Amino acid sequence: MLTFIVRRVIAAFFITIGASFIAFFLVAHAGDPLAKAAAIQQPQAREQAKLTIITALHLDQNFIVRFFLWLKGVLGCLVGQCDFGSSITGNSVNVDLANALLISLRLITAATVAAILIGISIGIITALRQYSGLDYVVTFFAFLFFSLPVFWFGVILKDGLGIRFNDFLQQDHGAFSWRAIIIVALLMGVIAYSLFGGQLYRRLITGGVTAVVTFGAMYYITVTHWLLNPSLGIVLIIVISAAMGLGVTVLTAGLRNRKALLTSMTTVAVGAALWYPLQYYFYQGFTFWKLMLLLLIAIVVGIVIGYLYGGDDKGLSARTGAITAVTTSFIIFTDRMMRAWHSYVTNPQINGRPIKLTLPATPLLKGDFWIQTTDVFTHLLLPTVTLMLISLATHSRFARASMLEVLNQDYIRTARSKGLTERTVVMRHAFRNALIPLATVVSFDIAGLIAGAVLTETVFGWKAMGKLFQDGLVQTDPNPVMAFFVVAAVIAVLANLLADIAYGALDPRIRVK
Amino acid sequence: MMADGYSGEITEMGGAEELIGVSEMADDAGIAEPDMTEFREERDFRAKEVEGLSQGQIVWRRFMHHRAAVVSLVALVLVVILASTSIGWGPIPHWWKWSYATTLVAQPNQAPTLAWPLFSGRGFTFALGEFPFGADQLGYDNFARVMRGIQQTLVVILIMGVLTTVIGTVLGAVAGYYRGWIESVIMRFTDLMITLPIILVTAVLGFVFGAHGVLIVGTCLGLLSWTGLARLVRAEFLSLREREFVDAAKVAGASDMRIIFKHILPNAIGVIVVNMTLVMSGGILAEAALSFLGFGIQYPDVSLGSLISEYQTAMLSGQPWLFIWPGVFIILIVLCLNFVGDGLRDAFDPRQRRIPKARDLRKPTVEGPMVEADGQAPGGVTAS
Repeated sequence: MLTFIVRRVIAAFFITIGASFIAFFLVAHAGDPLAKAAAIQQPQAREQAKLTIITALHLDQNFIVRFFLWLKGVLGCLVGQCDFGSSITGNSVNVDLANALLISLRLITAATVAAILIGISIGIITALRQYSGLDYVVTFFAFLFFSLPVFWFGVILKDGLGIRFNDFLQQDHGAFSWRAIIIVALLMGVIAYSLFGGQLYRRLITGGVTAVVTFGAMYYITVTHWLLNPSLGIVLIIVISAAMGLGVTVLTAGLRNRKALLTSMTTVAVGAALWYPLQYYFYQGFTFWKLMLLLLIAIVVGIVIGYLYGGDDKGLSARTGAITAVTTSFIIFTDRMMRAWHSYVTNPQINGRPIKLTLPATPLLKGDFWIQTTDVFTHLLLPTVTLMLISLATHSRFARASMLEVLNQDYIRTARSKGLTERTVVMRHAFRNALIPLATVVSFDIAGLIAGAVLTETVFGWKAMGKLFQDGLVQTDPNPVMAFFVVAAVIAVLANLLADIAYGALDPRIRVK
Repeated sequence: MMADGYSGEITEMGGAEELIGVSEMADDAGIAEPDMTEFREERDFRAKEVEGLSQGQIVWRRFMHHRAAVVSLVALVLVVILASTSIGWGPIPHWWKWSYATTLVAQPNQAPTLAWPLFSGRGFTFALGEFPFGADQLGYDNFARVMRGIQQTLVVILIMGVLTTVIGTVLGAVAGYYRGWIESVIMRFTDLMITLPIILVTAVLGFVFGAHGVLIVGTCLGLLSWTGLARLVRAEFLSLREREFVDAAKVAGASDMRIIFKHILPNAIGVIVVNMTLVMSGGILAEAALSFLGFGIQYPDVSLGSLISEYQTAMLSGQPWLFIWPGVFIILIVLCLNFVGDGLRDAFDPRQRRIPKARDLRKPTVEGPMVEADGQAPGGVTAS
């Protein structure tokens, strides 16, 4: 395995360098970097400007020499001394690249994670409910999303939906009209009806209850103007966390497994008990790393609880505890974010229009960690949805196909005939095996997301990797273009490499040559 | 390469399943289920399959059974007819009164006059009116421009589709057939091409040739999009070249070229045709993206992407129709192409069978033997 990885890394390294050479050649012929300087009227200033650019870009050198000078700077990254050269304005590209990369990676990561989670869940559900109404609807939407021009949809989201929602918050104070409440409630009922299987009577009940609950929730939101000042409160936190804990137990161990059930409920109880003291901890000097630390502690606590309950299936209980800990932490985090929402919306810089349509962050926004995080979320929301949709379609289709393929394998029939519960068959035998081919799909997708990110950033006016690349091409400024290219190529190569490794590790049938 | 190992495995599995399918068919023949008409139709359909039909006939019949694909194909043809006749195209005369390139100074900022039955409060009338999709602030008729955009987009994807198919097939076939160092060189070259961004190449070629027309954009897209097809064709050739008919052809003294193009390629035609439709649908999106970023087709000529780019601000200035219509046509064409591709994939895939619904499979368990339902599932239900 190790030799395989090493060989892949070496091959990838040379391919990247080869591709860089072609790209460098193309960029060098994309236009004259001196054109702008040549347009200066005053002869002395013109010569001066030309000279600056020539020395900055080594234009006096041969093309091949220039490439190796550039390569030397970029390869410096391996020893921690990056040099991506300088742009025609004389600034170092490093700084621009670092800023842009941070913003772009945030977007790409958010979109990837969201697409994987949602897409795979949808794919698995539609596979389990093959040829149901839900399956057909999802299939159609998957095809539709797949055919959607990102930038077009982005503009519609931004100038249609985003502005409407802000108006809705600012002018209607987050109050739904009766018509909207009824339509949404009925819609949710129909979705729930088609989502759950079983007898017609049971499905009707499920659909009806969902519709009534939705109606009640929307009515509550309207009456209390909840969208302007949302919070969960300890009661709802306990209820939601317990429900999610139950869900996790159903999926991992089944409700018959008392130890696992007790583990997840105890974890929820611990989380609820810690909720009040945590508020003080959240209040002052909270940072992202503290958040991660808390999450880690929560997972450890969940595992410990599982082990303390003991029994034959300690590992299973521990896993249930850990996942429940994550969901409970997520609920507590959401609650805290909601508390920050009101002060965020009323902030003079936000001015009651929280869904942000441009820029990656509000410039010079004053506020603590929670305000800043909310700000990042409100800015990320629409671009992430835009960027996510296409991958969502791909992932859900592949997850469905892969799950169906696995469900028709002989070992699934064997598992069923052994008398295993449907849960064990689906979650343990089918689901895990269905995930294997998805490793490849996801990694291929990341390369596509980089291209999609360029478009999304353009639509939302973000100054990030896409802008770097686009401006570089328009102004015939070679080094920013090359910087984008190298980063994109390295991300794509890394993703491919990870997929191969994951593939080999997950599936022992794959022989490494 | 790992991915290769896997795809090889899949083909082998496919072979096995084919066998299951055949034996199943023989089993089914004796059992009669009077209440399952759909199921029986399926069996008749399969029985027809073993009649002496050419590959083309089989594929066509299977394709015609894919409802979404047939509807899409019809819709696609209608769009092409609409785009080519309305404003005229080369020798084709036009019936639409405005041209995409002339401004109607008297009537800028027209609201759309298109009337849908039941939707526009005029009863069942459907009318195009003077400006079905409105007119912009310069007085360009949006309908004519969208039609022109469709034409340009079609030319781009045609150029691209032909280039992609030719390059991808030839390289993939040569790599898969000859193997050895030729394969390594071609496949590494493919890896290399994948990393090149289309925008960069298009911008460079556009600069070098000083043009941003359909030719340049179509060529660029074609020169960069063949990588996926090359990999697929190579994988297909890797398994096909080991079959007996290739040995037979070799023994009979056929040349390499003859074996590649006359013997193996017809067996790989399904992969190629399906990939061509999907590449073309992707090409529309790529062309639109390029034009949107300003590296594709540029003013005075228009494409669907450049229209979207140009009318981006129309959403805010209260003329959303200018912006929405080009996008609607992109979605329509791409969606149709994707469905057609899907239908073709099902039609070409010998493993793919039209499957009775799970509900129908459950029915016989009440009266008939359980074995039927169980035996049906693994061969019949195959993931696409």
